[in-house]
Amino acid sequence: MSAVTGSATTPVAPARPGPAGGGGLPRLLPPAGLAADLAADLAAGLAAHLGRHGPVPYRDATRALIADVRAAGLTGRGGAAFPAYRKLEAVAAARPGRAVVAGNGAEGEPASHKDEALLTLAPHLVLDGLQLAAEAVGAGRAILYVRRDVLRRTQIETRISERPATGLDRVPVRVIPAPGRFLAGQESALSSLVSGAAAVPRFTPPPVFERGVDGRPTLVQNVETLAHLALVARYGPAWFRGLGTLSEPGTMLCTLRQADGSVTVVEAAIGTPLAALLDLRAASAVLVGGYHGAWIPARQATRLTLSNAALRPLGGFLGAGVLAALPAGRCGLAEAARVARYLARESAGQCGPCRNALPAIAAAMTELAGPRPGPRVIADLTRWAGLVEGRGACHHPDGTVRFLRSALLVFADEVREHERGRCTGPGGRPFLPVPAGPAARDGGDGDDDDGT
Amino acid sequence: MTSTLRVNPIACSGHGLCAELLPELIALDEWGYPVIADGPVPAGLTRQARRAVTDCPALALALAPEPEPGRAAPIRPGTGRSGS
Repeated sequence: MSAVTGSATTPVAPARPGPAGGGGLPRLLPPAGLAADLAADLAAGLAAHLGRHGPVPYRDATRALIADVRAAGLTGRGGAAFPAYRKLEAVAAARPGRAVVAGNGAEGEPASHKDEALLTLAPHLVLDGLQLAAEAVGAGRAILYVRRDVLRRTQIETRISERPATGLDRVPVRVIPAPGRFLAGQESALSSLVSGAAAVPRFTPPPVFERGVDGRPTLVQNVETLAHLALVARYGPAWFRGLGTLSEPGTMLCTLRQADGSVTVVEAAIGTPLAALLDLRAASAVLVGGYHGAWIPARQATRLTLSNAALRPLGGFLGAGVLAALPAGRCGLAEAARVARYLARESAGQCGPCRNALPAIAAAMTELAGPRPGPRVIADLTRWAGLVEGRGACHHPDGTVRFLRSALLVFADEVREHERGRCTGPGGRPFLPVPAGPAARDGGDGDDDDGT
Repeated sequence: MTSTLRVNPIACSGHGLCAELLPELIALDEWGYPVIADGPVPAGLTRQARRAVTDCPALALALAPEPEPGRAAPIRPGTGRSGS
């Protein structure tokens, strides 16, 4: 194991030599052999982390880290891919000590498990990133927002409590359980819950970086973004750009759902061929970007890379790194209909257009997924999609419409089969994971209710 | 200075009064919620637009200044579901 050697030979520029083990993969996750040990023994994590990456590289000044984050080209890994430095700069403009930093691990996307994997295997990288981001923006408080079932499995509160004894942390970290809802991680929903209200999106402006938690400027970053930030702080922007593409540097965590049903979380360089991540021979279509993402025919996916630049022309985006290879012989319309019903249930119900149109869309998709749908179903779907788009306080209707339109396009042949009363995968088992009902993900494994 | 009409979709409860006062720019969807025409409010309709704003029972309608062309778009992060 190379975890405790290397990197100390040239002490001139301690932030530059790269981690023990060099500049390759994995960066965020521990090396494969160690990963299994860590998953079995979470308490071994802090010593392994310090051995591999050393102490938290504080700059002893606000803003000092922001130029490095900008030069690295780090973008948000929660789905929006927004440049991380711009949010840091906006929040750093607040009066010192006033701002709040929130690590977002809500992971409301049912098909995504990468935040949980990161919090299991490299929690201290996330916690370092939270501290470094707090220093960079001059925040006096930090929040870690994680689903209750994930809190228990990752024992993240114990991981936090190990740290002050070693002098790693400078601002207190408060853990806030996130509801197991699709929209709970939307940043105004996070801000709303932490401020004592319901975890539902708010109508912006003002954005949370101006007025977020308790009315304070709030930096909300996905936990993976914070972990990357902790590496950029140690090894520098040039090292960070050693993997990935020029316009989309670095690595990202992906949740891969293969056609055979197996699910893994991997760290991949942006720009990696999708065919190197997914076995596409047994697949008919690939869902990229999760349930607000888009379907792409498998034969097209074989020519694509893991990047927004490659996916954008096809209406896709990386989102939070969900990639699912639908097995040939499954009905894509049945999958899309089940997800559409889930997305309709997960509407916060605050905005009329979303509250009314999403159930109508879900019902029409359900009809389309069955035998001999009515002649007006496609026209209804198209009209409602156009009607609801851009008319919500958050992007839930827009993401739902993106998913739906790509399904209608990619599964157009299947629509014609259904019109003739036939189906590619009649009565097949569901492929994409969908929680049974509202809040099912909170208590789905026997957890207590959400009585906070 | 031109203005555009904006609906706060959370506050809007679908009274539909705005569409009666300003049918030139506001239609109702099949559930009674307003659909606003794209673009700035034409000068000739400014008065009616102000009336629609002040008469909205839910105070959900606003006239917002139109950003000048060429001006940098305001920072708008945060569309990610699990953070960004």
